[in-house]
Amino acid sequence: MSSVAQKKGFGATLWDWLTTVDHKKIGILYFLGGGFFFVVGGIEAMLIRWQLHKPNNDFVSAGLFNDLITMHGTTMIFLAAMPILFGFMNAIVPLQIGARDVAFPFINSLGFWMFFFGGLFLNLSWFFQQVPDAGWTSYASLSIASEGHGVDFYAIGLQIAGGGTLMAGINFLVTIINMRAPGMTYMRMPLFTWTTFVASAMILFAFPPLTVGLFFLTFDRMFGGNFFDHTMGGNTIIWEHIFWIFGHPEVYILILPAFGIFSEIFSTFSRKRLFGYPSMVFATVLIGFLGFMVWAHHMFTVGLGPTANAIFAVATMAIAVPTGVKIFNWLLTMWGGSIRITTPMLYALGFIPSFVMGGVTGVMQGAAPLDYQLHDTYFIVAHFHYVIVGGVVLGILAATHYWWPKMFGTMLNEALGKVTFWFFFIGFHLTFLIQHWLGFWGMPRRVWTFMDGQGWNSANFISTIGAFLMAIGIIVLVYNVIVTSVKNVKVANDPWGDGRTLEWAIESPPIYYNFPATPLVRGLDTVWIEKMEGNETGLTPAEPIKDIHMPNGSIIPLLMSLGLFIAGFGAMYRTEESWGLPVLIFGLLWTFVAMAARSLQDDTGYYIKKDEILRDLKRKGGQK
Amino acid sequence: MADVQVYKRTPAEQQLAQRRSKKAMRDQVMMFSLMIFLTLISFSMVVAHEAGVAGFSKYLIIPMVMLFAAVQVGLQLYYFMHMSEKGHGIPQMFMYTGALLGFLIPLTFVTIVWW
Ligand code: HEM
Ligand SMILES: [Cu+2]
Repeated sequence: MSSVAQKKGFGATLWDWLTTVDHKKIGILYFLGGGFFFVVGGIEAMLIRWQLHKPNNDFVSAGLFNDLITMHGTTMIFLAAMPILFGFMNAIVPLQIGARDVAFPFINSLGFWMFFFGGLFLNLSWFFQQVPDAGWTSYASLSIASEGHGVDFYAIGLQIAGGGTLMAGINFLVTIINMRAPGMTYMRMPLFTWTTFVASAMILFAFPPLTVGLFFLTFDRMFGGNFFDHTMGGNTIIWEHIFWIFGHPEVYILILPAFGIFSEIFSTFSRKRLFGYPSMVFATVLIGFLGFMVWAHHMFTVGLGPTANAIFAVATMAIAVPTGVKIFNWLLTMWGGSIRITTPMLYALGFIPSFVMGGVTGVMQGAAPLDYQLHDTYFIVAHFHYVIVGGVVLGILAATHYWWPKMFGTMLNEALGKVTFWFFFIGFHLTFLIQHWLGFWGMPRRVWTFMDGQGWNSANFISTIGAFLMAIGIIVLVYNVIVTSVKNVKVANDPWGDGRTLEWAIESPPIYYNFPATPLVRGLDTVWIEKMEGNETGLTPAEPIKDIHMPNGSIIPLLMSLGLFIAGFGAMYRTEESWGLPVLIFGLLWTFVAMAARSLQDDTGYYIKKDEILRDLKRKGGQK
Repeated sequence: MADVQVYKRTPAEQQLAQRRSKKAMRDQVMMFSLMIFLTLISFSMVVAHEAGVAGFSKYLIIPMVMLFAAVQVGLQLYYFMHMSEKGHGIPQMFMYTGALLGFLIPLTFVTIVWW
């Protein structure tokens, strides 16, 4: 393999991407896959808002409306937000810790392909005209009763995609524990790496409950189980517990990486060390831990009893404390810094008030008696969109602009980036601020339409206008991406000029082995330290240049995931079509054969010779 | 490839290493006997219960056996899987977190779902 740029045919390029185990390429795959589903989920959102823009609208039928809200929520959380964040983690975390790859490159690729096939499976439901319609939470009393294969698509699709997520989480944990460069102690890790670490630990503990719950649901629907059927001695509430034991940590799995992204951005563009770094780390870990202790706040109205409600209400409010610590640290990072308002910084500035509003409504809902009023109204919809859009999505958009040069080697247009921000930001508040009042005025969530004369008309209309503004923002972003890619003006190592962490000390995009020599880390924000001491390269190597061991690419992850995808269809049609059972068995066998092939194959990777690395270095103009 | 480096221990280092591995060996043998002993007690208690020996009620034996089991898991982890040694902080943290969640979640289920 040679790193000298060669023209490759389309087939070879495609094969390269299908078999890649390079974390930077897998990062881009996640980013593109997640971006695609983000657009799909966005279109669903626009249809929902158009249906609700006036009373008694019949733009979509009630059944289709249920399909749309279910698929919107499921797609956005599992197939858009998480994968895009995984994209950034893959692309950036190994660079930030000075590693050449992740700990398990093969599993990394398997994680991506399972996400991809799981997402595909879920969305094929549209073509079968049997779409999940029990909400993204898929409460058992609804999902057991749902006719057709809709909920089966949900259960099996998420099972496959969830498996991929679990693998990605384990891979990041081991990578961060084991692959840090010399000198990169835990308390010198950049905050994005820290939040990735804690989010991955949460994945490790939160996804197995989801797996179990989905299996129960699958068995209940497809194999005659009775876990959730109270007429057969089951208990429908157990699904809610299992789902939220997973579901609440899940929302923190989403927001923590966004916190990490903003921490990087605040300190970079304030040209200051992150204020209170140890307390930031502590708050992150504490949030991760407390995130597991509060799930029943989604179930206050189920009738758990006053004691349980009180305990979970107090635990819920406790989370606001470490979150507040973070907010103040960000503000104090900016205090006295020399601030540059770039596009990522603009997102970071917009994030603080937006997310604080979401946190405040969260604490309101955490008060159990008040939640009896708020539960299942538009107030809830407003809350979680303030935290998810105002936190996670703003974080994703900020990171897209911030790390675009590192991932693709070009710089997104700043002016267009700011246009995107303002459309999106104003559209976001226009859409969701008014929904708090819609909730107070009694509009329930998940309703297909509403009648005239309840005072909800203009609020809903305003909300729909906001949604269109957000869509315009995203279209400008897509245009920006296309223009930037066509112009293809390459940038240097540190295009922002103020990079502090290791990814900014190597070229954009990095060469496939990242670091010619593993760097020596001398403190928090090591590149900044080196630059302040006059080391232009920003790096001190920890070792002489020598041969580098690299993993070989493999098509097996794709094949393994394909087998599960096929087996999913078999399981779904097992009882009603004669081909169901054979296809189920065939798909599973396919996966097992692929696994066996991997186990029996003796693939020890290959070495990049020292000469080749020296040649690359000379071509770049020589790094001492 | 990097050149192979041979590293020679000084006599003092060699002595220390030997003393350490001796102590480790002694610990392992001791713990192994302790574990066999605990297993023996558990078995004999159950046999005594089956045989109807007075005083060996179910309510005594079940908690005792559970307790012994927990002790054995601890010994297994700390002595045979080397968790007592340096560099196992992270696995310990994850295991304790998992154990805590594995305890708290069933506890809530027992108290608010099934009670
Ligand atoms: C201070 C922090 C937070 C508190 C106290 C809090 C509290 C709550 C409570 C009590 C509910 C249940 C309301 C009900 O259904 O009646 C809720 C719902 C929700 N929260 Fe939060 N929350 C916080 C932060 C977040 C964050 C950071 C996210 C995501 C990034 C998030 C996402 C959600 C979602 C998605 C729901 C609705 C789930 C559904 O029913 O579909 N929350 N929150
Ligand atoms: Cu929650």
